[in-house]
Parts: sequence; C-alpha cells; structure tokens
Amino acid sequence: MNQNLFNYTLQQADNCLILGQRLGEWCGHGPVLEQDIAMTNIALDLIGQARMLYQYAAEIQDEKRSEDDLAYLRDAWDFKNVLLVEQPNGDFAKTILRQFLFDSFNCPFYEKLKESSDERLAAIAAKSHKETLYHLKWSGDWVLRLGDGTEESHNRIQNALNELWPYSEEITTPSEADIDANKNGFGVNLNDIKSERETKIREVLNEATLTIPDSAYNHTGGKEGKHTEYLGYILADLQFLQRAYPGNEW
Amino acid sequence: MDEKHLEDHFNEKIDQDVRIEPKDWMPDHYRKTLIRQISQHAHSEIVGMLPEANWISRAPTLRRKAAALAKVQDEAGHGLYLYSACETLGVDRDTLLDQLHTGKAKYSSIFNYPTLTWADMGAIGWLVDGAAIMNQVPLCRASYGPYARAMIRVCKEESFHQRQGFEIMLTLCKGSDEQQKMAQDALNRWWWPALMMFGPTDADSPHTEQSMRWGIKRFTNDELRQKFVDVSKPQADLLGIKIPDPDLKWNEARGHYDFGEINWDEFYNVIKGNGPCNKQRIDARTKAWEEGAWVREAASAYAEKKTKQQAA
Repeated sequence: MNQNLFNYTLQQADNCLILGQRLGEWCGHGPVLEQDIAMTNIALDLIGQARMLYQYAAEIQDEKRSEDDLAYLRDAWDFKNVLLVEQPNGDFAKTILRQFLFDSFNCPFYEKLKESSDERLAAIAAKSHKETLYHLKWSGDWVLRLGDGTEESHNRIQNALNELWPYSEEITTPSEADIDANKNGFGVNLNDIKSERETKIREVLNEATLTIPDSAYNHTGGKEGKHTEYLGYILADLQFLQRAYPGNEW
Repeated sequence: MDEKHLEDHFNEKIDQDVRIEPKDWMPDHYRKTLIRQISQHAHSEIVGMLPEANWISRAPTLRRKAAALAKVQDEAGHGLYLYSACETLGVDRDTLLDQLHTGKAKYSSIFNYPTLTWADMGAIGWLVDGAAIMNQVPLCRASYGPYARAMIRVCKEESFHQRQGFEIMLTLCKGSDEQQKMAQDALNRWWWPALMMFGPTDADSPHTEQSMRWGIKRFTNDELRQKFVDVSKPQADLLGIKIPDPDLKWNEARGHYDFGEINWDEFYNVIKGNGPCNKQRIDARTKAWEEGAWVREAASAYAEKKTKQQAA
C-alpha cells in the first residue's frame, strides 16, 4: 500500500470528521432556526467529505476495512486532525471563528487539490470545493456580523479569536505526509495556500474590526497524533456503539 | 358585505373544497384554531429535534450519522415552513416561540419521552413518524392553502424518515441478540406513547366536530389510531418483535385489530408537564433561545449599520 497517500488522505478525513462531529453538537440548539439549519448542513457536508476520504483511504489500505473501521476503531494517537477542529464549540462566536479559520484553509486546499495527480483525490476535491465556497462565505459573513455588530458580540468574538489564534497555523504547517504528498504530485503545496489564507483572514478580521493577537506561539502535534484532552472525549462519544457491541451491522 | 354574507361565502368555499388563502375573509375562530393547530405542529417539529439530536454524536456508522443529521435538519425545515404558514395568519414567529417557552403553547407529548438507546432512532422513525404521517397526510387537503401546501412537503420528507426508521429496526432485528433486545425494548417503550399521538378518544375530543366541519381535520382521532394499529401490527411481525399489548388481536367481524385500553392517566400527566423529559425539552429550547439573543441582536445591529452606510 502507498502509506503516504493513505496518511495524507486520512489527515484530511480526520479534520472533516472531527469538525463535523463538533458542529453536529449544535443541532437543535442553534441561536435561531435558520442558523441551526446552516450549521447542521455544514456538518453534513463535512461528514460527507470525511466519508469519501475514508472510503478511499480504506481502498488504499486494501485490508478489507471500511470507512467505519477507520472512523470508529482507531484510538486518538492514530487521528491526524489538527488541534483546531477538536476545540469545544464554546459560544456561537467561538464556533464561528473556529469554522472561519478552518474554512479559510479548506476552501483553497480543495481548490488546489483539484489539480492532484491522484484522480480520486482530484474528484473528491472538485465536489468538496463547491461546498466549501459556501461554508467560507457563511462563516466569513458571521465573523463580520459579530465583530461589527454589538459591543457584546464584538467582545465575544474577540475573545474567541484570542483563544483560537494559537491553533490557526498548524493547518498550513506541513507534516511529513504533506511534504511527501506535494513532492509526489498528489498533494497540495501548503506554502501556496498559506499566504492566500493569511490575506483572507486578515482582510475579514480587519473589516470585522477585530484585533489579531500579538502572540506568535502556535500549538501543533495533531497531524502527528498528539492531541488535546478533548479528542478522547469526542471519540468516546463517537465510537461508543462500535466499541460496546463490536462486529455488528448497524 | 356584512359579516353574515362573508361567512356564508366562506362556508360555501369550504363546502366546495375551495382553498382559503391568507387574504380571504375567515371567521375569527377559524383563524385562532388554525394558529393553535399549526403552531403546535411547528413547536412539535423543533422540540422533536431534541430526542433525535441526542444520538447524532453516537450514531453507529458514518452513513447513519449523515442520515440522522439530515433528518433532524429536515425537522428544522418543517418548523420553518409551519411557522411561516402561521405568520400568514398574522402571528410572528417570536410570539409563537415565546408561547412555547412559557408553556402557553403545547407540542406533541411524544417528544417528552427519552431516547435511551440507538434503537430509539429506529422506533421513532418507524412509529412516531409513521403516526405523524397518518395524522398529516389528510392535512395535505386542509382547507387553509398555506397549511395544505406546507403539509405536502412535510409529508414527502416524513415518509422518507419513516422508511429510514423501519430500516434501522430491520437491521437491528436481523442483528445480534443484543441488537434484537434493543429493538424490542424500544418498541415496548414507544408503542403506547405512539398510540397517544392521535389524541384523546373521540368522545373526549372537544374540537373534532368543528375542525372537521372546517376541513382542517379529515378523520377523527380514533379512526386514525385504528388505521395506525392495523398498519403497524404486520410490520412488527415482519420485524419479528412483539407489540406490548396482550389484547391486540384480529377481529374478523370488524375487519380491524382490537387493541387494549390506553393509559389515559399517563397521557394527561405528560400533557400537564409530568412526562419524563418535559422540563428538559423546554429548558433546552429556552436555553438555546436565550443564549442566542446576543447573536440575533448582533445580526440586526450589523444589518442596520450596513443599510445606513448604503444610504449615506
């Protein structure tokens, strides 16, 4: 099996699954019905992206495992998602900011991945890119509304920014899988996205009258399987039935 | 035209099955009854999101997780069109939500029962959505246009949910002993509350006669309940699980299943607020609404700023 292609595919699948899982926690509890629907819709897109990627990863692995085996039967150290996506929902401002930081990566990432030499990844990217255009518009618009809305909303999203900023850059910091994938033509050169993403983020945050924190420290480790304490609880929830009743069809 | 003429004209339209539209004259009592009925239904949709949302994070496969998300999202959408239908009668959504949060408005009691295992996602789809469809399909011909049109969309999606729920049950019933036990346990807990969804017996249903006259109800509670039992028994047989009613048996003379007495004390208790989850459901809705206040205020403030900037 092509271990690097497998790792690379899994890394993106894990990002989508964990963020989809987090967003799904909002379902039924949103601040207004329309936004409840929007968050569930984005969760649904992300779970859909995760499924396509896990299905492909399972095929690459060629050990008769399924998308569900990959999602439900690995422990935290095997998950390769960035730390950003496992951060708790917090209030709506924190969820929005986490989403915006992710979408500002995910959208250009898929746009570039469309040119992957790997046909399957290119096809998944083409379908997913269309979805992320909407996600980025939605989260970006909400950053503006909250940043430039009322004093309370401004303070809340500024706090969210202060809290999440150290988790922003990991996603464009290349892992071994990223470097290898790019070298072999099937992966995206993260340096190409990095500046585009930063420009977009600064543009939106400025318009939203938000202040980018001075702190230059960045948390990393997720891509290598070193996670925050949150991931264990996410997996305990996500994997409960498969772990409690192993080997069943559902 | 004086009121007498207007009312005669309205009754003529009802008799000829001509739809009543928002701008048409309608008796005050008709309007109020519709607002009550449609808003109760809208509230049921959004409160009904909660017991199922409870299992989204724990759905056993990614396919089931996606289906659960899509289903709960559909319910939010049903809530939206029903609130909109209600708005055409002159009551805005915020007022209706306030009635829900303060306990002035009711919603379907079934959602005051807890979802304890994954099988409940199957049982709810199969039985609760099944009962809802029985209630709602006739409303696609309701006399009030916006309501009837909303119900057509709602019913299409509900029948999809019902098949999905039955398929979850079927998978469990074909699965391990533990899964079969889960399915039977869910049927035991949901069967009677599902029968209660049709409301009190006809003898105790004060609104039925007037609502049938107005074409906003097409069959009585007992007629629909009987139909539901008749349809569900063979489905339970197909699944290989047992409906928890020792009196359930085919009555050749009636051409229907006879079934046992519903525990009406339980029914009225849950309506009065003493069901297992009444408090949790309303607390969850109220919390979401109150904690969302600053978000809605921010959105309005921002929209206002933008309008002013454009005008300047």
